[in-house]
Amino acid sequence: MASRRKVIENLFKSGAFMGFGGLLWGSAAGNAAETELALRPPGAFENDRDFVQACIKCGQCVEVCPYDTLKLATPGDGKAVGTPYFKPREIPCYMCTDIPCTRNCPSGALDLKRLQAKGSQPSIDTAKMGMAIIDPKACIAFWGIQCDVCYRACPLLDKALIIERKRNERTQKHAYLLPVVNGDHCTGCGVCEHVCVVEEAAISVLPVKIATGKAGGHYIKGWDKADEKRMELKEPATTDEEDIESGLNYLNEDNELY
Amino acid sequence: MAAAAAAMVSLPKTVKARAREGEQGWKWDKSVCRFCGTGCGIMIATKNDRIVAVKGDPLAPVNRGLNCIKGYFNAKIMYGEDRLKKPLLRMDADGNFSKKGKFRPVSWKRAFDEMEKHMKAALDELGPTGIAIFSSGQYTIMEGYAAVKLMKAGLRSNNIDPNARHCMASAVVGFIQTFGIDEPAGTYDDIELTDTIVTWGANMAEMHPVLWSRATERKLSNPDKVRVVNLTTFTNRTSDLADMEIVFKPHTDLALWNYIAHEIVYNNPAAIDWNFVKNHTIFATGPVDTGYGMRKPGHPKFTDLENETVRFETEKKISASEAKTLSYLGYREGDTLKMNNTAKPVKHWSISFEEFKKALRPYDLDFVARLAKGDPEESLDSFKKKLKTLARLYMEKGRTVTSFWTMGMNQHTRGSWVNEQAYMVHFLLGKHAQPGNGAFSLTGQPSACGTAREVGTFAHRLPADLVVANPGHRKFSEDIWKIPEGTLNPKVGTHLMKMHRNIEDGKIKFAWINVSNPYQNTANANHWLKAAREMDNFIVCSEAYPGISAKVSDLILPTAMIYEKWGAYGNAERRTQHWIQQVTPVGEAMSDTWQFVELSKRFKLKEVWGAKAIPGMDGGLPDVLEKAKKMGYSEDDTLYDVLFANEEAKSYKWPDPVGEGRLNSEVAGDKRHVPGSDGKVFTGYGFFIQKYLWEEYRRFGLGHAHDLAPFDLYHKVRGLKWPVVDGKETLWRFNAKYDVYAKKAGTGAFAFYGKALKEIPQGTLRGPVATRGKIKLPNRAKIFFRPYMDPPEMPDRNYPFWLSTGRVLEHWHSGTMTMRVPELYRAVPEALCFMNPGDAKKLNVSDGDKVWIESRRGKVKAHVDTRGRNRMPAGTVYVPWFDEKVFINKVCLDATCPMSKQTDFKKCAVKVYKVES
Repeated sequence: MASRRKVIENLFKSGAFMGFGGLLWGSAAGNAAETELALRPPGAFENDRDFVQACIKCGQCVEVCPYDTLKLATPGDGKAVGTPYFKPREIPCYMCTDIPCTRNCPSGALDLKRLQAKGSQPSIDTAKMGMAIIDPKACIAFWGIQCDVCYRACPLLDKALIIERKRNERTQKHAYLLPVVNGDHCTGCGVCEHVCVVEEAAISVLPVKIATGKAGGHYIKGWDKADEKRMELKEPATTDEEDIESGLNYLNEDNELY
Repeated sequence: MAAAAAAMVSLPKTVKARAREGEQGWKWDKSVCRFCGTGCGIMIATKNDRIVAVKGDPLAPVNRGLNCIKGYFNAKIMYGEDRLKKPLLRMDADGNFSKKGKFRPVSWKRAFDEMEKHMKAALDELGPTGIAIFSSGQYTIMEGYAAVKLMKAGLRSNNIDPNARHCMASAVVGFIQTFGIDEPAGTYDDIELTDTIVTWGANMAEMHPVLWSRATERKLSNPDKVRVVNLTTFTNRTSDLADMEIVFKPHTDLALWNYIAHEIVYNNPAAIDWNFVKNHTIFATGPVDTGYGMRKPGHPKFTDLENETVRFETEKKISASEAKTLSYLGYREGDTLKMNNTAKPVKHWSISFEEFKKALRPYDLDFVARLAKGDPEESLDSFKKKLKTLARLYMEKGRTVTSFWTMGMNQHTRGSWVNEQAYMVHFLLGKHAQPGNGAFSLTGQPSACGTAREVGTFAHRLPADLVVANPGHRKFSEDIWKIPEGTLNPKVGTHLMKMHRNIEDGKIKFAWINVSNPYQNTANANHWLKAAREMDNFIVCSEAYPGISAKVSDLILPTAMIYEKWGAYGNAERRTQHWIQQVTPVGEAMSDTWQFVELSKRFKLKEVWGAKAIPGMDGGLPDVLEKAKKMGYSEDDTLYDVLFANEEAKSYKWPDPVGEGRLNSEVAGDKRHVPGSDGKVFTGYGFFIQKYLWEEYRRFGLGHAHDLAPFDLYHKVRGLKWPVVDGKETLWRFNAKYDVYAKKAGTGAFAFYGKALKEIPQGTLRGPVATRGKIKLPNRAKIFFRPYMDPPEMPDRNYPFWLSTGRVLEHWHSGTMTMRVPELYRAVPEALCFMNPGDAKKLNVSDGDKVWIESRRGKVKAHVDTRGRNRMPAGTVYVPWFDEKVFINKVCLDATCPMSKQTDFKKCAVKVYKVES
């Protein structure tokens, strides 16, 4: 704790920081690609730029984190200096149920409201710090090794990480037990990335926006009633009844068809 | 038969693809995984005398190239930074041994000088019962054999007992009493051939992961037909695949098996396979007043709190449940049950089917469901429905069923009983010893079967199921060992639990620990730790890494690990697998075999083969020196000359074709030029000692249904399942179609030909009736009736929780190897206290908080986990035992099954409360 406090104090006391702060700040914040890769504490704005703007760099969240998970970005980290972030391979978020980091944020950059479903108490289980993705080439469960260390370590085991079973055609008598991330539940805590036993983690957490895709609402799974939720409820696409030119233009083009 | 044949011949595609050799200067060679009883084959790559990689062996039938996460790290287990490299002795400032001194390095010569001195002092003062070896189910077969030979044939002490006592002893008693011979009838092929996998106290998903991937594949192969049921006291990862999870109250598996039998006998008699029952079995039972394997109350070292539990060793009040289950003996609630049969818990006698049926009467659905329901949040109706489904799955005609169990049933104060109950149900239905059908005891350790059980590194055993108490068996062994008749000690030695107790009582003053960690793995540890450090004794620990047992010892011997020596392991399906030394050991580490053989040089026949006093044995052991002289020995010969470097041993030349060009540190020395036990550089014995030990050992079982193949054959194949007759392994034992011994018996489709305990008294449920005489049971197995009884310690107002302990997939046993693999350490750095979320709320703790877990014997701190891999029902907590910093065995109760002497690590009563910071 003491050493961390010292880091924060030094950051702000430092003449160099005060002097060059603007410059450093600008360069880091300006590098959108890098700041987007920062994993933020639970309850942060969905958009990292909004978070960086709202965060007053006070270090409160870092101070109260009982596992030393959170760090304040310093020059060279490639993230907006003074903002909190974590690297799960080093120390993941252990998902404290009382969420002290978010609770102690004075600026609203972290907000318990973002961690509560309508009408219920804030819950760390709803956090969206990031999302885990798996590299099946490096993940030894995809080789058939009975690993699944990430699965058993997942704080939302059987929800955020589930096991998919597949027959092993090569041995003809074993099954693959494959870890699969369920984005609906993954909080991005990174315990999976932390515990992964291969040399460079085969499961890693990325910011949600980068890790997730989105299928358009124009096609709905016919076999899944619930999928209709995805339908876009904007006005249906129409065509301009008055526009006849668009079609004619093409038809009348004289461009050496033959 | 067709299905079995199909399973046997379906070779994986990669079998055709041969591994390329010689890539980049490394060399691959076959070996086996260091860890569990599954027995996965691996290939090891060595370069410059170091292991650089492992791979699963695609030719190994068990795993076909796959491994679990422990097996994946085999290459790293030998190279932890703090590997022990030199003998270490506790010394004072002047370099003299001192019990209170600090460890400092000494030479091997000094180490053996000290061992000799202290061992002889203990022998002089107390005789052969004053010394002991803590042996192992992780010994190689040859080193286990060398240990038994040195202890039993040389030093005439039966005080050698393995950590397998904590692991498989109840299974063994079950086998011996039921079949007259140890180890399972079936093979792992049963997994592919069965329609129903039922796990009883076996979290296979974590404890036998590669077998679990086979179970999973079986389920996927025919999801509509194949059913998986997990019987457990809490939700674990095995429940994940299961079609049905049955969470029962600890210890009530005894009632659940009887419920199934009750359903069969009372409600579905047509399910009984009378041909099987009448032709191949007999009904039997035994006494119930057998205690719980504890010491008697009033021991001076017991605390008052301990006495609260220990008093049940003498007598107990019959509980409401027991009033029903022991009604066949006339007991009523509140009666006193005096424990009159603690000395003879294993006795048993035959009964009639009618008597058997009568005893099962109380176990109807209503009674058993109320007694056994383990999750307070589950409705009784839901639980009843599950029990009915379970019974139906067992009974369904034409449905094959394989029941698997491990520590849940073995580590149990009625562990031998519950093992026997499994056979009871399978026998009634005629579903045993056939492809896909059988009760299958899984093994925990890599060679609990191959070494501890088959070699007999137990206090009562000799190789190949022979026992020291049987004069014929002793004579047979003495002949093979070429030692005088009368040398072997007929009095059973101390089992593992008793070894600790006797050290505490000053009855054992020299103990030697091999390939195990008895000071971490034994319940009620505070007693034993204190006894080791504070009593007048000398404890030697052969170890690879500094662990708890090394820490409390007086002398530590740096020991070669698995791939640093020649060896063999035997797995749970009777498969014996050999390997060749791959690398030179680190530092000055030497193998256990070398340590036994070197110590044997320090004993002359005249020191050990004279008359010896044995407590409780009239006349003691006879002087056999005269007979020895007649056999051509001199009383100045050493045990080395007689036991290990005799003429026969020397006839095994080195190198022979198998050994050509290979390392063999014991036989030829090695590049380290380690100064040996005499202070001179050790240059090897010059003869192929491992092969000699193997070939002599297998003589015990040849022709006795324990046949093992010649040494060389195992170096050409991926293991063989014994009995190996005419070069052919045996798939389903006792089944005349597959087992030549069963065929030879000529009793039809089956022959349970084991020889032990096949002549028993006849009687009624109440006891043997002298006038009826004895009955002989050649080729028959026994269907035991065993009742439900309460365990000796149950939750109460002061200690309201059940505590269960066990393992996690990532770590092996006490973690001395796996906790040193950085990746596995990071994956699971500490043992957690798994707890029900509702209980956590009541205790005002949340995940990550620290709690005390406290019993009448001790307490430890652990972090709480309510959302992890194990989901506990209210009222039960689970703490794994691998982590020496969460020393849960200080909390556990050292009660055992009175028959098997195996500790019940699965249940004691604790209180749990928040650690206030």
